Amino acid sequence: MTTPETAGAVESAHRAVSAAWRVDAPRIVATLARYTGDFALAEDLAQDAFADALRQWPSEGIPHNPAAWLTTAAKRKAVDDWRRSERYADRLAQIGQELREDTGDDLPWDPDVIDDDVLRLVFIACHPVLGREAQVALTLRTVAGLETEQIARAFLTPTATVQQRIVRAKRALGDAGVAFETPSREEWGARLSTVLGVVYLIFTEAHTATDGDEVLRPELAREALRLGRMLTALLPREPSPWGLLALMELTAARFPARTGADGSPVPLEEQDRRLWDRSAILRGRAALKRVDDLGRGRGPYALQAAIAEQHAIATDVASTDWDVIVRCYDGLLALSGSPVVALNRAVAVSMRDDPETALALVDELAADRRLAHSHLLPTVRAELLSRLGRREEAAAEFDRAAERTQNARERAYFLARAARR
Amino acid sequence: MKVMLIMRATDEAVEAYKEMPFEEVIEKMGRFNEEMMKAGVLLAGDGLADDPANSFVVDFSGDEPLVTDGPYGETKELFNGFWILQVADREEAVQWAKRVPLGAGSKIEVRRVTDESDFPADNEWIEKEAGWREEQSAR
Repeated sequence: MTTPETAGAVESAHRAVSAAWRVDAPRIVATLARYTGDFALAEDLAQDAFADALRQWPSEGIPHNPAAWLTTAAKRKAVDDWRRSERYADRLAQIGQELREDTGDDLPWDPDVIDDDVLRLVFIACHPVLGREAQVALTLRTVAGLETEQIARAFLTPTATVQQRIVRAKRALGDAGVAFETPSREEWGARLSTVLGVVYLIFTEAHTATDGDEVLRPELAREALRLGRMLTALLPREPSPWGLLALMELTAARFPARTGADGSPVPLEEQDRRLWDRSAILRGRAALKRVDDLGRGRGPYALQAAIAEQHAIATDVASTDWDVIVRCYDGLLALSGSPVVALNRAVAVSMRDDPETALALVDELAADRRLAHSHLLPTVRAELLSRLGRREEAAAEFDRAAERTQNARERAYFLARAARR
Repeated sequence: MKVMLIMRATDEAVEAYKEMPFEEVIEKMGRFNEEMMKAGVLLAGDGLADDPANSFVVDFSGDEPLVTDGPYGETKELFNGFWILQVADREEAVQWAKRVPLGAGSKIEVRRVTDESDFPADNEWIEKEAGWREEQSAR
């Protein structure tokens, strides 16, 4: 029988283990990966140590240095494993020495190498042999320190599915013989892009959930921001993480105004700008300035951040500097050639010049097959037609947008606009 | 949630700090700040100078606000710095607060930073906003 006191102790120990994991997961797993030379094994060992903590902390109390406790427990498990295998003799001298030196009070990792190890961890979690869903799950689990249940909740996915994804991802990394190392100079740019792409995917999943009813899942956005800040701290001389952080801060600054009291989305031009998070805007602008100070130009994230910055510093839609925004879209279009970017550029042109000019640009995009199933083209056409007073045509486009969107709240919004003909 | 870690020191701690080598103090705090940055939780932070010439207290007890010399005020617990952190929950805030490199006589007070959910939806400003929004969508 579980008494109420012990249930309370179990609960408070679980919270303590979760918090310790959240704060130190990347350094614990990275340290173990360095010792074992095997990322998948390190992750298993860390998970086992986490489970031990859940069992032992309620009765033994929360240790003075939770990260050291978890790391030491995991290292002991590694030794036990090796004892049962042929590698024992090779490894014992090294690990045994370290375990004896462990007083439990010191840092459980070497401060001179831990940052590099955490970077290796980030790169391995976002390794190109993995699919996007696996990269996201592994990054949230090992770098952001989320528990599997938390990841599952955030993505509205069963826990078993996320668990499976992590297990398969670790196996895939093992099968591919991926080493625990930073990418080579030739690979560096592409690998860093992948990492940033994973973080941005976590962020965009948070504010435009395509298949759910929720428009905003702020906890995922906060995780992405935390990962973005980690990357800028680990790679302060790389402009692209600063650009991504700037974009996420400036976008998240608008979250308090993005949904109405009933949870429905409020478009930018109708948002109460007094609700925007001024300190997030300051942080975003500071990050964008870091990109410019590094003097290597603005990449796609920084250009998008620069657009968000123009909105953030304008008091209303009319006083927004749409010319700067159109020029940022010019830059983005040159980098990506994406029809979605071209569509957004057309919207900016409609604000700088007039809706008719923009409608002509949008109609040029209608033939692009990449937009054939997206609700974006009818949405933009509908807005432009509505501004031109062509109400019947606008309503038809809103109906089409409602048919195409996967998001229930967006659909309701489009149908309401269509009914206002 | 956002929390503020408020550093408070008594006279005892201030005296103890004077005995410590400045380099050591700076290094410890620097490492702690860096640790929070690398964990992605630090949003802002600053230290407050213990500078009598530029510190004062304004007391609103009387008819007129009364300016007296600071920085102590009446509590004798000097508020000498703060950090603002983005954390998942109270427990994570506890983890960070316990790591602040401080000694005897020092305290860290942790407070949640309020957000829009702390204010009543029937507030005059929010109501004004709702009316304005209706006007916008009626156009």
